[in-house]
Amino acid sequence: MRTLLIALWLFASGAHALEAAIVEKLAFGESDEQVAAIAALVAAGDEKAAAVLQALAEGELQTAGKSVLIVKGEEATDAVTGAKVAPLPAEREDVIANNRLRRELAGALAGLKLISPQREIRLAAAKELAGGADAAMLPLVKKALEKETDAELKSMLGQIAAAMELKDGSKEARIAAIRMLGGSNNPNTKMLLLSVLEKGKDGSFAEPDEEVRRDAQASLRAVEGRLAWGERLGILFTSISLGSILLLAALGLAITYGLMGVINMAHGELIMVGAYTTYAVQNLFRAHAPGAFDWYLACAVPAAFVVPAAVGMLLERSVIRWLYGRPLETLLATWGISLVLIQTVRTIFGAQNVQVENPGFMSGGIEILVGVVLPWSRIVIVLFAAAVLTGIWLLLTRTRLGLFVRGVTQNRAMASCVGVPTPRVDTWAFGLGCGIAGLAGCALSQIGNVGPDLGQSYIVDSFMVVVLGGVGQLAGTVYAALGLGFANKLLEAWQGAVLAKIAVLVFIIMFIQKRPQGLFALKGRAVEG
Amino acid sequence: MVAMEESLGIEPAPERPSVDAAADFTRAIEHGRPDFAHGVILYLDDISVSFDGFQALNKLSLAIDVGELRCIIGPNGAGKTTMMDVITGKTRADSGTAFFGQNVDLREMSETEIARAGIGRKFQKPTIFENHTVFENLELSMKADKRVRTALFAKLASDERDRIAETLRLIRLDDAADNVAGLLSHGQKQWLEIGMLLMQEPKLLLLDEPVAGMSDDETERTAELFVSLAGKHSLVVVEHDMAFVARIARTVTVLHEGSVLAEGPMDRMQNDPRVIEVYLGR
Amino acid sequence: MGPIADRIASAIARLYGARGWSTLAAFALVLFVMFPLCNLVVPPGNPFYLSAYWVTLVGKIMCYAIVALAMDLVWGYTGILSLGHGLFFALGGYAFGMYLMRQIGSDGQYRANMPDFMVFLDWNEFPWQWWNSDQFWWCALLVVLVPGLLAYVFGYFAFRSRIKGVYFSIITQALTYAAMLLFFRNNTGFGGNNGFTDFKRILGIPITIPETRMALFAITGATLIAALLLGRYIVTSKFGRILAAIRDAEQRIMFCGYDPIQYKLFIWTLSAVMCGIAGALYVPQVGIINPGEMSPANSIEIAIWVAVGGRGTLVGAIVGAGLVNGAKSFFTQAFPEYWLYVLGLIFILVTLFMPKGVVGLWSQWKNRSA
Repeated sequence: MRTLLIALWLFASGAHALEAAIVEKLAFGESDEQVAAIAALVAAGDEKAAAVLQALAEGELQTAGKSVLIVKGEEATDAVTGAKVAPLPAEREDVIANNRLRRELAGALAGLKLISPQREIRLAAAKELAGGADAAMLPLVKKALEKETDAELKSMLGQIAAAMELKDGSKEARIAAIRMLGGSNNPNTKMLLLSVLEKGKDGSFAEPDEEVRRDAQASLRAVEGRLAWGERLGILFTSISLGSILLLAALGLAITYGLMGVINMAHGELIMVGAYTTYAVQNLFRAHAPGAFDWYLACAVPAAFVVPAAVGMLLERSVIRWLYGRPLETLLATWGISLVLIQTVRTIFGAQNVQVENPGFMSGGIEILVGVVLPWSRIVIVLFAAAVLTGIWLLLTRTRLGLFVRGVTQNRAMASCVGVPTPRVDTWAFGLGCGIAGLAGCALSQIGNVGPDLGQSYIVDSFMVVVLGGVGQLAGTVYAALGLGFANKLLEAWQGAVLAKIAVLVFIIMFIQKRPQGLFALKGRAVEG
Repeated sequence: MVAMEESLGIEPAPERPSVDAAADFTRAIEHGRPDFAHGVILYLDDISVSFDGFQALNKLSLAIDVGELRCIIGPNGAGKTTMMDVITGKTRADSGTAFFGQNVDLREMSETEIARAGIGRKFQKPTIFENHTVFENLELSMKADKRVRTALFAKLASDERDRIAETLRLIRLDDAADNVAGLLSHGQKQWLEIGMLLMQEPKLLLLDEPVAGMSDDETERTAELFVSLAGKHSLVVVEHDMAFVARIARTVTVLHEGSVLAEGPMDRMQNDPRVIEVYLGR
Repeated sequence: MGPIADRIASAIARLYGARGWSTLAAFALVLFVMFPLCNLVVPPGNPFYLSAYWVTLVGKIMCYAIVALAMDLVWGYTGILSLGHGLFFALGGYAFGMYLMRQIGSDGQYRANMPDFMVFLDWNEFPWQWWNSDQFWWCALLVVLVPGLLAYVFGYFAFRSRIKGVYFSIITQALTYAAMLLFFRNNTGFGGNNGFTDFKRILGIPITIPETRMALFAITGATLIAALLLGRYIVTSKFGRILAAIRDAEQRIMFCGYDPIQYKLFIWTLSAVMCGIAGALYVPQVGIINPGEMSPANSIEIAIWVAVGGRGTLVGAIVGAGLVNGAKSFFTQAFPEYWLYVLGLIFILVTLFMPKGVVGLWSQWKNRSA
């Protein structure tokens, strides 16, 4: 069968125009002849041939007397010439494809897609073939390889061809293929190379030639090395991504807890409020300005800052203010606030999770290696976290509010004496921390579901970041967030997500033993007490 | 004066070996009680402490004799409180040595162990147990076996009650014995803290500004008390009230910028030009 | 009177005055006489009949009250706010739950002599944690040992490095959070998400019959009273005064020659053990234990029971546990959507306006009217 096909291919390979004889064989011939005709059409490898095969697959190929027509609804074209046939001949018969023919047809069509003018179709076809292709496709693949101009597709096709050569080619062809595979970064090639080195049950190698095996070893090492790098890059990126999310979640706490010493258990819920604000803004855009939907974040980011900040300032004025200096009471009261906030959101938006859609530019991602995709949404969040961090840093070091906050933090009485309006500074600083929590919520809404319980899952993590980083230090918070991100992801790759999380928590508990003040604590003069 | 001394009960309390022998897990006691045979009770040598670049103590050396009453003066930031922190184990010295007697290395010990070895401390701001009664404050600080097991089943023996009553009279709080300590006046709190210190029966007393907030009358009585304690106990008093220092001091040490600037009798110190420059002259 | 009788008499006098003891006796009368009579003897339909619902509810609340007592000892008296007491409670529950699971025998859905979830996971033998778990005495021992050991080890490290205040609270919260994640895993060997349920027997006796329920109820009541008296003994001893002194001025207590670590460790471990026992009593009455019990929210609720009742009063802890949980079961049935508002407001209002809790208000009111 295979030899027959190849013979036919040799016979037909010169033909560039669609030959009437082949089409006729396809339409009128016996089963064997039809199969040969399909192979010939594949080998012709042009669009007309593809059209004929497509028509056959979809039952649109009909015969009228001697001529072969492609009938689409009420219109018909001649399969050989491509000319319009009108009027539609009354006497027509369907060309019936039996099961065997259908099988051949499916493979052939997949192959033909390789030369489709549309890149996506070619890519899809190549991906399909990369999973495992029939040797009969080799000529077609080679042909497509010659024509292909896209670098990515070219390398994929090259690999596919190499894989095929490995199975059936001559020794030289196999060695060439193996060397070619050595340049790949596709996990599938690793399997392929491994199969070359495999031993059969009787102890003999699948690949009889030792030279070929040696080359295969070398190529395998090269591929494995590259794959390992890809994996490392992937982990690196997800670590940075997780770290920046932790950082966003913890930055607000670094201000309210770290600088002001207010233990705000409702911090997670302010993140949640920020996420829901984003959701509300998104809905407004969808309802009133669908054309500008891609720009809704431009409105949502400020809103996600202002709303939680306002909630925070209100809370500071009404509850937290009265509990300064009583941290345990503050803890309980703010926990109560968190419960009220959760239930309020449930009442307004419902208990179900809601979906926040990414703007267009945030969907998709960059594929740095096969299987390693950096989603745009995560890249944007990393950049966003960096921007927020810079903003806070500037605010604390370059503005009057920042000066006041630092002053009040270090010596409340003295700051008050030199005329700093300490109560107002408290309110503003607390609002700032809550606003930043809201920004974290806005970011989180872009990568996951938004629900009333969103905050609860971040509160323990964000406190761990602040505790680990040390109180009163932005730098500590940054290092702790990134460090925890890395630790989590590295352990996750090794032991799974839950154990990783537990290990990190246990580590923090142990760490606090050694350095109760965290990574970056100021060593103060011992205070009386 | 003599009558007062008797009422003070400042005779060295009869040694009660049962207590010390039972306190078997205190290193200081396990590895030998402090040895004062050479007449020195406290020996600091070359102690340095710094906080974030601020040199709180700078190669401080100081020796206190058994039974001595030493006053320490110096301007704010001279390192007086830090020195007490180092002696009591609250702050660790970066370098230098600190010995209690000949043989007890204070730098190796926790606050609790140091207190059990026989060093008592009064803080600058009176720290008492504000929610306990005056009586209970004294009960808790009384020299006794201070382990968990004993505390769970402890019952006050009658001689212990007597000792508390005695101290109550001494600090003139016998009428307020059942009052909550937090409601006392500042001066009374100072006295209560001194009373608690005495209940501990320490060999060395560190007193940080003991007369701050006291009336003249109270200050005078405190002076009398300290003078009468000296000899049986060793006292180190940090005080800003120069009149008080002059009233009680035999030897005065002047600290400046973390080290000893001068040391000697009060009148000589008052006329020392260096001292006048950094402190008294201002 | 011999010296021992003497000691006992003085201890009784120390714990409570005449009024206290008679209130306690009345309470015991309600628990041990009224409840059994009204539940078991009085026929259904009679106005004095108490349904199984009430027996279970009050039994459950009494378990919570024991936890609240334990919390009051560490928070109210020693100043250590634990946000992880739910963990010790759940560990006690799981330890005893293992025994109850083994008592199901082959009556589970799969008719295997193994808990259903193990059959479901295709396990052929019990994991090591289940060693000897078919023995009542062993599981009863675990109820005390597991929370106690965990608390001792955790406390030893935490107190030694002088972690206190909010730091300590946050770390205990992380601890229970980590444990919750651990117990959610199927591979941990405790039934994952679903935990243990569908108990059939205890000591061979069917667990759902009214007599068993009443027996468990009475044991819980007796344990609660014992816990109250033990707590009272501790806080009226010199040990208790030292605990309060640690709370108010830890520096001073160290300079007095006490080692606060030992004291904290003792009360902390004791408190955890009390929680474990409460958990073990809770599970057979309520009929389920799952990792949700370890959620940080549950643990922090314990604190509010104590705050509502009044910190540092012991009785307040019991009153608070009763009030909050009574309100909870009322609201979650009548107005489920409002319960979180109510609970949240309790947290806020109690901390702002009732620092001494209900018991504090009560004594204030008594003083004013007197």
